[in-house]
Amino acid sequence: MARIFAYIVHKNGIVDDSAFELAAAARKIDSAASPIAILTGSGADLDAACAALGAVYSEIWKIDNQALAYPNAELVRKALLKVLPSDSIVLVAHEHFGIDLAPGLSIKLNAAFVSDVLDISGPEVAEASAGLNLVRQEFGGQVSTHVLCNTTTGAVVTIRPGAFKPLEGPAANGSVVDKSSEVGALTAGRRYLETVVAEAGDVDITKHNVLVSIGRGIQEKDNVAIALELAEALGAAVSCSRPVVDAKWMEKSRQVGSSGKTVKPKVYLACGISGAFQHLAGIKGSPFLIAINKNPKAPIFQVADVGIVDDILEFLPELTSKVRELRSVAK
Amino acid sequence: MEILVCVRRVPDTSENEIELNRAGNDIERDELVYSINEADNYAVEEALQIVARTGGTVTVATVGSEDDEEVLRREMAMGANRGVLISDEAFSGSDGRGIATILKSFVEQGHYDLVLTGVQAEDGGAQVGGMLAALLDYPFASLVTSIEVLEGRKLKISREIAGGNKEISEIDLPCVLSIQTGINEPRYVGMRGIRQVAGVPIPTFGASDLGIGAGAVGEAAAKVKRVDYFIPTLGKGAEILRGTREENVDKVLELVAAKGGLK
Repeated sequence: MARIFAYIVHKNGIVDDSAFELAAAARKIDSAASPIAILTGSGADLDAACAALGAVYSEIWKIDNQALAYPNAELVRKALLKVLPSDSIVLVAHEHFGIDLAPGLSIKLNAAFVSDVLDISGPEVAEASAGLNLVRQEFGGQVSTHVLCNTTTGAVVTIRPGAFKPLEGPAANGSVVDKSSEVGALTAGRRYLETVVAEAGDVDITKHNVLVSIGRGIQEKDNVAIALELAEALGAAVSCSRPVVDAKWMEKSRQVGSSGKTVKPKVYLACGISGAFQHLAGIKGSPFLIAINKNPKAPIFQVADVGIVDDILEFLPELTSKVRELRSVAK
Repeated sequence: MEILVCVRRVPDTSENEIELNRAGNDIERDELVYSINEADNYAVEEALQIVARTGGTVTVATVGSEDDEEVLRREMAMGANRGVLISDEAFSGSDGRGIATILKSFVEQGHYDLVLTGVQAEDGGAQVGGMLAALLDYPFASLVTSIEVLEGRKLKISREIAGGNKEISEIDLPCVLSIQTGINEPRYVGMRGIRQVAGVPIPTFGASDLGIGAGAVGEAAAKVKRVDYFIPTLGKGAEILRGTREENVDKVLELVAAKGGLK
C-alpha cells in the first residue's frame, strides 16, 4: 500500500479543521494506515501547527522555509516535489488553496487526480485495478458518481470540507520530522502582494436570528424587493447565494457560503436556492431550515427540515401579506 | 495580448432537472438544454475586456465534437475573433489530465500570452486549468476575480479566498488563470449576433494535427474513470408540506415564529 500524506492548511499557528477530516479520509482508504501530515510554512507559526497535529498523526513532516511563510501554491508544490516519495497518495482539502495546488501537483507527480471527494471506499472494492473507489458530485449536487482512480503511479485527491467526520485521538504522540534541508531556494512566477479584507456592507447578516435567503430562483433584480419586503415584515434580514451576487443583484456582503459569510441564525428560509455545498458550508449552528423551491429535485430538500415545492415569486408575497395581516391584528 | 479561452458546452442546470437514465450509467441526456459553461462565459467576457484595453485577439477553443460548435459560435458572436474545435475519436474517454494534455499541444502551436478557463465545469472538477499550466510550466492562479495588465509582461490579479476576502498577487506572462463567476457582467448575445457568425468557418484540429500519439490521451490513458451515476442522499430529507399555498404560508409563519421568533 502506498503511503498516504495529508497536506495540512494552517494559519497563524492554528491548523484548519480539515486536518482531522483528512486523517479520517486516510483511515477510510486503509484502516491500518498511519497517514503522514505534511506542512509548509515558517517559524513559530509552523511549529505551533505541527504541535497541534500530534493528537491524530503519528508522523508530521515539516518544511520550514522563509519563502513559504505565505502559502503560495506554486512554491508549495515545488517544495512538496522535493520530499514526497513517488507513488504517494496525497490528500488535500478542497478549498481555495487546494484548488490552486492540487491539479498541478498531480501532473508533476505523474499521479492520478480526483477533486472534491465526499466518500471513499477501500481498495478491497476495486482490488482488480489497484485503485480507489471515490464518490463525488456533479451538477451542483443533483447527481453523484462513483469514480475509479488508478493509483499505480500515486494519486492526488482533494477532499470536500465537512464530508468526513474529523478523526479524534487516541493521541498519536506524533513526532515531527524536519524536511526543510531537502528543499533549498524557491522562486515562483506568481508573487503574493496582500490580502484585501471583505467590505462590511450595509446589513450584517451574521447578527440576525431569521434570514430570508434568496438564490437563482429570484430570477431578476427587480424581484429582490419581494424578499426585502418579507424580511422587513418578519424583522429579519435578506441574505443570498452566489448566483445573486454574480448577477450583481445584491452586495457581496449578503452572500452566505464558503466564499462569503458564515451565519448562525435560528431560522433559515432558503428561497429558490438549489443547495450547493459551497452555500451550505456557510450555514452553521443547525438552524431550522425551511426550503422553498419549484424544483422538487433541488438538493436543498435533502438537508432542509421542512420543504415546500412552490414558486417563490408567488409564495413569498403571500407570506408577506399574511405576516402584515397578523401584525395589524396584534396591534 | 493574444488570449486563448478554453470553454465547454454543458447541460444547463438552471434550465434542466438532471435525472439518471434507465441503466444508471449516465444522466438522461435526450431532452437536455445545453449551453456554455457559466464560468467559461465569464472567462470569454474577461478576455474581450482585456483585449479592448490592450489590443490583441481572443481565440475560443473547445475539446469536443461538432455539437459543441454552437457554443464556439455563441462566444464568437460575443466578440471572440476565432473559434477552434479540437476533436478526434482518439480523444474520447479522456480524463482531466487527458484534456489538459490535448490543450497543451494546441497551446504550443500558437503564441498565447494568456490562457483562461472557467473555474469549474458543471460536471467537472476544477482541474484542467491547473493541470494545463503545470504541463506548460506556466504560472497558474485559480478563482480569479480581477485582472489588471501591468507593464513588463505581468498581471495584477485577485483571487477569491475564504470569507469574501481577496488575495492579491502579481503573475508573470504567459500564464493560465481559472476565472470565477461574477468577475464581470457578460454581454448579451442575441440571435442576430449568432446569425452574423453563422458562416464563419471553424477549423478543426485532430490528434495528428497536434502531434498527439496514440494512447497518450483517451480512454486507454485515463487514470480516472467514472463508473456510474446515482442520486445522493445527504440528510434525512425535508418534511415536504403538501397543503394548499395558503396552508403552507400559515405553517411557515407558525414555524418561523416558534423557531426564531418574530421581531
